[in-house]
Amino acid sequence: MTAYIIRRIIIGLMILILVTMLVFLLVRLLPGDPLMRYMANFSGTGQQNIMSPEQHEALLKEFGLDKPIPVQYWDWISKILRGDLGQSIGVGQPISKLIADVLPRTAYIGFLMFIVGTFGGILVGIYCALRRGTWMDNTLTTIANIGMTVPVFWLGIILIYVFAYKLGWFPMYGWVAPWDDFWKSCTYVVLPISAVALGGIAGMARLTRSCMLEVMRTDYVRTAWAKGLRERVIVIRHQLKNAMIPVVTALGGTLGMILGGSVFIETVFSIPGMGRLMVNAIFEYDYQVVQASALIFGGIIIFSNLLVDIAWGWLDPRIRFS
Amino acid sequence: MALLDVQDLQTYFHTEYGLVKAADKVSFHVNQGEIIGLVGESGCGKSVSILSIMRLIPSPPGETVGGKVIFEGKDLLKFEANGPQMRAIRGSKLTMIFQEPMTSLNPVLTISRQLTETLELHLDMDKHSARERAIELLRMVGVPDAARRVDDYPHQFSGGMRQRVMIAIALSCNPTIIFADEPTTAVDVTTQAQLLELMKDLVTRLDTSLVIVTHNLGVVARYAQRIYVMYAGRIIESGLSENIFNHPRHPYTVGLLNSVPKLGERHGTRKLIPIYGLPPNLINMPTTCAFLPRCTEKIGKCEKEPWPELRAVDKDHYISCYVDIKGK
Amino acid sequence: MAEKPESSTPSVDAMGITAAPPRRSEWRRFSRVFFGRKLYLIGFIIVVIIFLAAIFAPLIAPYDPIKNDLPSRLQNPSTEHWLGTDQLGRDILSRIIYGTQISLIIGFSAVFSSAIIGALMGLAAAHFGGWVFAVIMRVADVLMALPAIILMMLIAGMMKGGGIWIVVFALSFGGIAPMCRMMCGMALSVKQNDYVLAGRAIGMSNWRIMLTQIFPNAFPPLIVGLTMGIGGVVLGEAGLSFLGIGVQAPTPSWGGMVMDGQRFLMTNPLISTLPGVAIMLLVFGFNMVGDGIRDAIDPRLRGVI
Repeated sequence: MTAYIIRRIIIGLMILILVTMLVFLLVRLLPGDPLMRYMANFSGTGQQNIMSPEQHEALLKEFGLDKPIPVQYWDWISKILRGDLGQSIGVGQPISKLIADVLPRTAYIGFLMFIVGTFGGILVGIYCALRRGTWMDNTLTTIANIGMTVPVFWLGIILIYVFAYKLGWFPMYGWVAPWDDFWKSCTYVVLPISAVALGGIAGMARLTRSCMLEVMRTDYVRTAWAKGLRERVIVIRHQLKNAMIPVVTALGGTLGMILGGSVFIETVFSIPGMGRLMVNAIFEYDYQVVQASALIFGGIIIFSNLLVDIAWGWLDPRIRFS
Repeated sequence: MALLDVQDLQTYFHTEYGLVKAADKVSFHVNQGEIIGLVGESGCGKSVSILSIMRLIPSPPGETVGGKVIFEGKDLLKFEANGPQMRAIRGSKLTMIFQEPMTSLNPVLTISRQLTETLELHLDMDKHSARERAIELLRMVGVPDAARRVDDYPHQFSGGMRQRVMIAIALSCNPTIIFADEPTTAVDVTTQAQLLELMKDLVTRLDTSLVIVTHNLGVVARYAQRIYVMYAGRIIESGLSENIFNHPRHPYTVGLLNSVPKLGERHGTRKLIPIYGLPPNLINMPTTCAFLPRCTEKIGKCEKEPWPELRAVDKDHYISCYVDIKGK
Repeated sequence: MAEKPESSTPSVDAMGITAAPPRRSEWRRFSRVFFGRKLYLIGFIIVVIIFLAAIFAPLIAPYDPIKNDLPSRLQNPSTEHWLGTDQLGRDILSRIIYGTQISLIIGFSAVFSSAIIGALMGLAAAHFGGWVFAVIMRVADVLMALPAIILMMLIAGMMKGGGIWIVVFALSFGGIAPMCRMMCGMALSVKQNDYVLAGRAIGMSNWRIMLTQIFPNAFPPLIVGLTMGIGGVVLGEAGLSFLGIGVQAPTPSWGGMVMDGQRFLMTNPLISTLPGVAIMLLVFGFNMVGDGIRDAIDPRLRGVI
């Protein structure tokens, strides 16, 4: 098991390095001048062509953009390793400070969305599988099918309209940190979490249901029945662990979906989190911030995939011992 | 008085193409300490009969619609399929060994867990004594280094070893009857012989009855005392093993025996004769004998009259045919 | 037992071969499963309607979807404007109808380009194995390490301009890795089959085996993946447009319409909610058609229920 974990960690690190390359290359090689935003700032009028070619040259030098791409990449990476994510051109602050401000918010709501989405979905899926063919199963499966088609941002808007505007149960938008005022914060996060969690629940429920049904048809479950075990014991001891193996491997994808959803939800509900930071940076062409925030998102996914792999090994002895 | 008396068991499957009478009025009995062979081609209803007795037919699409299964004076078909009475019998008094050793054990549970769960359930053993007993059972079925291997997972065992574990599970609660559904079909020939010898030794030693379901005539010839031959959901001939093998009376059984080589038979002394055609499609069958289209012995009556019931042709020898090969 | 003379062997007809399970044409079986379930049928009808709307948009749509008509802005539904008008006086129904064109064009082009690239990568990885497999799988891992929407935002956002082909480019990037993984998995499992070995035994070349043996067998799941992928891509496009880095105004894109209408949510909720319903219908339709095809071609599901 230790060897397995070490191998997964090495692969994770390798992918992280490749992700830094991908992000860096995408930002640098796609058409677009990394100084566009700076130039607009510089001129103060939003016009770019006010800057003379000489000033442009000087700026390129200042930001190290005149060096060859591999050198630039190396500069960037070595700074990151020292904990320096660069400077925001737009806001004029260290990016690490910007991210330190917003990341806990996204992490907090993302974590809640993930917990609600996965556990909710798994429970619904198990319920449907056990009650397969009943009207409750059909209803929930249909809702799940529809839930997978709902655009997160649209659902957010509908929730605001119904539960905040019409019914007045929750605040319309905004953010209060749970470490400042826990109860008030709860009222602010209910709608955003519901909006994102629905898709997660729907996907997880569908997957769990089909995995459970698959496992129910296996020979070893028949063996368990032939042993005279109760249905409850068979479900818990013999079916769940096997059915969870594919479900757990899908968790990484679900987290990606939820983080992606949080980008929209932060926009709809005006929550100043990672997603908002990145969207704003894209609009302001603050390329260093874009780079850094994409990297943070990638890092979160890679880290959670590592946890998923470890959980997988723990669930499936065939992985653990190979 | 037989231990288990199956009378007119009928199990139907409702498929999208129509009704399949997978087991149609199957009757047989098992006596104390006997080894019974249930023989027939794939799809003839032998496994379905066993699963019906164990009440393990998946429903839907399957359904046991008629008959009686008398065990210890009670009709098992009267019990709820997964109700408490049936669960108390299943896995303790009536146990099963399945065909596929590779998939019949749960891949994520240790061998020990899969052995101890029946011991804890049916014999009320505590964890410690159940584990001791599990190791003892593994030794009994010939798993080397049992004390260590008891904590392994199924994927660390070979197919033959896994089937030994299945045998150990089946034996764990001192069963009255063990049903072995094609127990050796999926393992290689040398392992097959070992497993069969092992099962025979164990059931003889423990005075347990064994029902072997197989399409392999060699297996039943060597081990079974009595044989039931099935075709298209029915038992078409039954009798003592030596009678069936030496003096088969039903055209199908005759054809079956003519189509397989016998060990030790000299080359060229007998020509193998296949049974032509295919087993019938069980959907919407005619009422006449299902073997009729392939039969080489048919008489005019066969085409007109329905498939006959079993009739005695000798002491303890029954066939369901208008023609009696020996009598001809 | 005497040997039976040859003449007594029953003829083929009499042997019950004709009584083998009733044969049905593949197409009839397919349509029986596909159209047999209400949800699939509804999905299919939705998809057909959307296609018709896209093709005949100029004929059906009552107004020009782009032309401003400020005097009649922010109207509620009426006989003139069935679904009302937006903040620039444009007819919402017409914009939704024309939106089908954008969604379908972007959906199909992005899905096909990612499918072609992804499928080729997957097939190559499965077929050549070794270092080719390792490299391609790492590339897929890396593309999967970023949430799809983040990757698309990165590309669409950094390539200023917002033309629909930039959006297509960004969206297809997001679909490559899943497609590649799926094809690779399929091809690997097909490769295990004896008929591939048989092809090798009769001396077929690598490429020939891949084209004639592996690809056709991995094809059904590819079709399902494509159909399902369209729903995902349409959602992605709507998302990018909602964030303002997708299809740019005044082109009628459903996601963009939701964003535009958000400001008028309290007074004119229809402006942003109706395009969302259109997105859902389209995604639902394609997902159901994909599910239906999968059920109809997956032999494991045959005969179950």
